Amino acid sequence: MDERQPGEGNSMGEGNSVGEGNSVEEQEQAKEGARRAAAPEGEQAAEQEDDARFGVDAYVEFDDVSKSYDGVEQIVRNLHLTVREGEFLTLLGPSGSGKTTCLMMLAGFEVPTGGAIRINGQPVDAVPPRRRNIGMVFQNYALFPHMTVGANLAFPLEVRGLDKDAVEQRIARALQLVRLEGFEDRRPGQLSGGQQQRVAIARALVFEPRLVLMDEPLGALDRRLREEMQFEIRRIQRTLGVTVVYVTHDQQEAMAMSDRVAVFNAGRIEQVAPPEVLYEEPARPFVASFIGDNNLLRGVVAAVEGDTCDVTVGDLTVNAFMVQEHEVGDDVVLAVRPERTGLAAEAGMYTNEFEVQVRDMAFLGDHLRVLTDVGGQTFVIKIPNIVGHGGVLAGERVRIGWATLDCRALRPADDAAA
Amino acid sequence: MSTALRPGAGHYVHVAFCVAVLFFLIAPILVVVPLSFNAEPYFTFTEGMLRFDSDAYSLRWYEQVATSEAWLRALANSFLIGGCATALATGLGTLAALGLANPAMPARPLVMGLLISPMVTPVIISAAGMFFFYSSLGLAQTHFGLILAHAALGTPFVVITVTATLTGFDTNLTRAAANLGAGPWRSFRRVQLPLIAPGVVSGALFAFATSFDEVVTVLFMGGLEQRTIPREMWAGIREQISPAILAVATLLIAFAVSLMLVVEWLRRRGAAERANG
Repeated sequence: MDERQPGEGNSMGEGNSVGEGNSVEEQEQAKEGARRAAAPEGEQAAEQEDDARFGVDAYVEFDDVSKSYDGVEQIVRNLHLTVREGEFLTLLGPSGSGKTTCLMMLAGFEVPTGGAIRINGQPVDAVPPRRRNIGMVFQNYALFPHMTVGANLAFPLEVRGLDKDAVEQRIARALQLVRLEGFEDRRPGQLSGGQQQRVAIARALVFEPRLVLMDEPLGALDRRLREEMQFEIRRIQRTLGVTVVYVTHDQQEAMAMSDRVAVFNAGRIEQVAPPEVLYEEPARPFVASFIGDNNLLRGVVAAVEGDTCDVTVGDLTVNAFMVQEHEVGDDVVLAVRPERTGLAAEAGMYTNEFEVQVRDMAFLGDHLRVLTDVGGQTFVIKIPNIVGHGGVLAGERVRIGWATLDCRALRPADDAAA
Repeated sequence: MSTALRPGAGHYVHVAFCVAVLFFLIAPILVVVPLSFNAEPYFTFTEGMLRFDSDAYSLRWYEQVATSEAWLRALANSFLIGGCATALATGLGTLAALGLANPAMPARPLVMGLLISPMVTPVIISAAGMFFFYSSLGLAQTHFGLILAHAALGTPFVVITVTATLTGFDTNLTRAAANLGAGPWRSFRRVQLPLIAPGVVSGALFAFATSFDEVVTVLFMGGLEQRTIPREMWAGIREQISPAILAVATLLIAFAVSLMLVVEWLRRRGAAERANG
């Protein structure tokens, strides 16, 4: 976590707070950036390392982009997003959240109904797909079945008028990059799914675009192959330094591959941040529940003090870190990770400690999942299977707790959408 | 063993019925073949033929066809009119099918219905209509007029076969072509056309077959100079009863069967291509 480099120490909050995300979020994240001065330094490290690797300038820019097919239902709503050169950015969200539509608008296959998309500062609304010079890996690969692998790769090069030698050289280099040397004369139908996937990637890269889009490219592969390809795609992207915009609904895939992840929900971006930040510092209830497991407790702010607040949850009072500013009487959602809670062997281990009854528990090998109620709401605790975990039994009353910083008070989803 | 497994009388009736249906379908066509080798100018089997006497068979009617100016002109007309009508029907039908496959196309069912209408309208009606319409344009009794008429009759087949092929076509392929930099024409020629080719070719074969055995329109629209093979046969049966007609008929059967084999071969190849893709 703590990979901060000398000289970057105090420019905090620039990573996920400036210039991207939708407008509501922008303001909030700026506020949080200021507030994080008090937060442990480890939390900021990932973002700052991130800044050092990519240009600050926007390479791809979604400026207030909207899309509607029928003029009534908005598939994408007033979206702002910035992709920096050389970055691997993932659009993550459930199906129907607008992420694929955004990718298709960037490729030029869909036209925004509002706002503008800029690539390298130039608006591209009037540029047809074939003039955008963007590599693309389609969900089902879209390899030309009647052409050999070599002819598939030669296609974009012949369009660009390269001579025969140059074409052959580039094909050989692209196949080498995806580790398919000597596959020129095979037909796509003779290749396995993983090999077709590699050919599709080679074809998207062979004409050396600066921007490559990938639309759920690993969806059709089995789990083992998918994990292997995640590393492959990442290796290739780092080797070439191309900018990649990647679409997936698989949060683990997004976490494993991306420099930053934009979490989509109902046509909006909930949060844009590096994977570590999304996990450690979710800014919205949707992000908190979509990325990893989280306990979400509804409550009302009873007192505010600095960055923290006391929240009434049922008959309990919980001390929480305020992600957005709140006043006494506000409804909030508290997000607490199951693995950041523990059994308090003795009083005073945590800033929040409560005695609860164990409703049920499951032994899952490396950890135990304990089901309880906190303030009348279901709450799950994850206890590592280490010596002395206590042998919790169903029906027992136990003392559990968590630290204030691991309990994030978020504005409820309804407010955010308004 | 149980009696239920033994075929009952109903089964034999069923088989006999099927055989009878097939016989009535095919016999009138097949009987033409041996008769065309008749050494005598009759439309019936001679005693010699029934004895399989080799003298009773000859190729004289084939020779007569091959040396007759009228038959050769009819053959040339059939291929000229059929070929041009097929080219026209295939080009227009393929374009129409591509347009109809576009979801943004307005009034698709209506346009589809109009394009298909020559197939469902009784030919005698469209032939009569075309006769009056083309006469007023001065196109009756011209090769060009017949080509247009036959193209109209053949287009529905192309529209239907190409539309069928397009339903299995992955639109991501044309998107990929565009994404890789290809313009619409290159995308069509290099990606879409090779993949829908089986549909285009079988449509073209149907269109050609339609023109090749069409007689009603030619009766209305064609003059002496535009006589096609079916028209010449029609004349042959009415005016000069000669087994030469049977020789031509046999040739046409052989031609039709080979067309059918080509269509079937294309269909299988298309299916295999899709399975591989």
